[in-house]
Amino acid sequence: MILNFRNVYLDNASTVCGPYEASGPLGKNFDKKYVDDLYCKEKSFEKAEVRLLEDSLKILLRKTKLKSSDIDLVIAGDLLNQITSSCYASLKLNCPFLGIYTACATSIEGMLIASTFIDSGKVNNALVACSSHNMTSEKQFRNPTEYGSPKPKTATFTATGGASVLLSNKPSKIRVVNGLIGTIVDYNQKDAFNMGAVMAPAAADTLYKYLKETDTKVEDYDLILTGDLGLYGKEIFKDLMKYNYNIKLGSNYNDCGVMLYNLDEQKEVLAGGSGPVCSALVNYSTIIKGLMEDKYKKVLLIATGALFSPITVYQKENILSIANLICLEAI
Amino acid sequence: MNKKYEEIVFLHKPKENKLKYAIVAFLVGGLVGLLGEVLIRIYVSCFDLSRNDASLYMIITFIFMASLFTALGFFDKLVVKAKAGLLIPITGFAHSMTSAALDYKNEGPIFGIGSNVFKLAGSVIFYGVVSAWIFGMIRYLWEVLV
Repeated sequence: MILNFRNVYLDNASTVCGPYEASGPLGKNFDKKYVDDLYCKEKSFEKAEVRLLEDSLKILLRKTKLKSSDIDLVIAGDLLNQITSSCYASLKLNCPFLGIYTACATSIEGMLIASTFIDSGKVNNALVACSSHNMTSEKQFRNPTEYGSPKPKTATFTATGGASVLLSNKPSKIRVVNGLIGTIVDYNQKDAFNMGAVMAPAAADTLYKYLKETDTKVEDYDLILTGDLGLYGKEIFKDLMKYNYNIKLGSNYNDCGVMLYNLDEQKEVLAGGSGPVCSALVNYSTIIKGLMEDKYKKVLLIATGALFSPITVYQKENILSIANLICLEAI
Repeated sequence: MNKKYEEIVFLHKPKENKLKYAIVAFLVGGLVGLLGEVLIRIYVSCFDLSRNDASLYMIITFIFMASLFTALGFFDKLVVKAKAGLLIPITGFAHSMTSAALDYKNEGPIFGIGSNVFKLAGSVIFYGVVSAWIFGMIRYLWEVLV
């Protein structure tokens, strides 16, 4: 079901990133960069992730000239167990807090919830934030961070950063038009090193439902972006849209995971970026800037998330996936 | 539909160059062996040790080097390049333990380092002991019976 919003606007956004993202092609668009230190001057990687998110929240308040007491609601999520990064980073704001999780689809899930709250008149504004850190996710989902385990080319690289966005009922340059809450899909995928293949069906399912229900075509949008399918997942997604729904994706389609890094030079990222902050870093820096400068008129942002834990993978369960979609328009 | 999806996934799966990985692992692994032999010869001639004792010191040297390089932060990059060439020798074992210890140092000596240091190496030790027991028994029974 399409969620239509009449009165929700995107006020501003902020992004903070780590060294790999800073040296990527979008490096100049981020508000703050930790150029050479994955620890971000902290004692542990977990603390570093909290700091990245805290920084981004601080920068956003400064940009919007608001005090934390002006914020009605904070919605945040991340990848770590019990979403601790979001909780610790939001502590100092002293605002009503909602913690959410759909892995890498978290940023759009948060925007959908915030938009619904604002449109219903329950709150005037809401801050949506997410974070991830390459090292904390490696430690939680894979091997110790200093362990050099060889990975296949289809593996993706969790992005490091914190990103937040302020949605409000006060008119601004960007309007949140509508969105679609994703459905969980299972395409019988078990390979945790090929997340593109896991998440492409969820993205296809969400995009098809959205286009059908809004009666629009791919060409009606200046840009359609998936979250973190990566180099190979992107091609799988295109093929699946063509085969299942006979929808051809053209040059207005791209993937944030591919855009965040320079895949030819940054070989360590393999198939591209992933993690909740991957799509958020690209969307909140480059895409929102493009909408503000009238480079794009209407964009579809689809964030894709793989729903699993290391335990379900070891127990040989299928990896599930979900994709949330939101449509932004420049006015 | 699922079958067709498997086909699409397979179509976009990049080929891993297994032959190249095997050759690199063979050469690097061989090089580690050569270095070990050189070390043994040096220890035998310089410190007046028996060959058995010298091999022990060679292994200790390798464990120390692998752990030190892991702690200095560049051994993982070498392992990613050399793959099994560095993971199969004793260097891989030392690497797995040091990297786990480094990772969990913030959780303290008991619940962090102590309980996680064998996170990767534990399987190697456990199945090493089990298989040593099985083959030991086979050998013992063989000698008793034959």
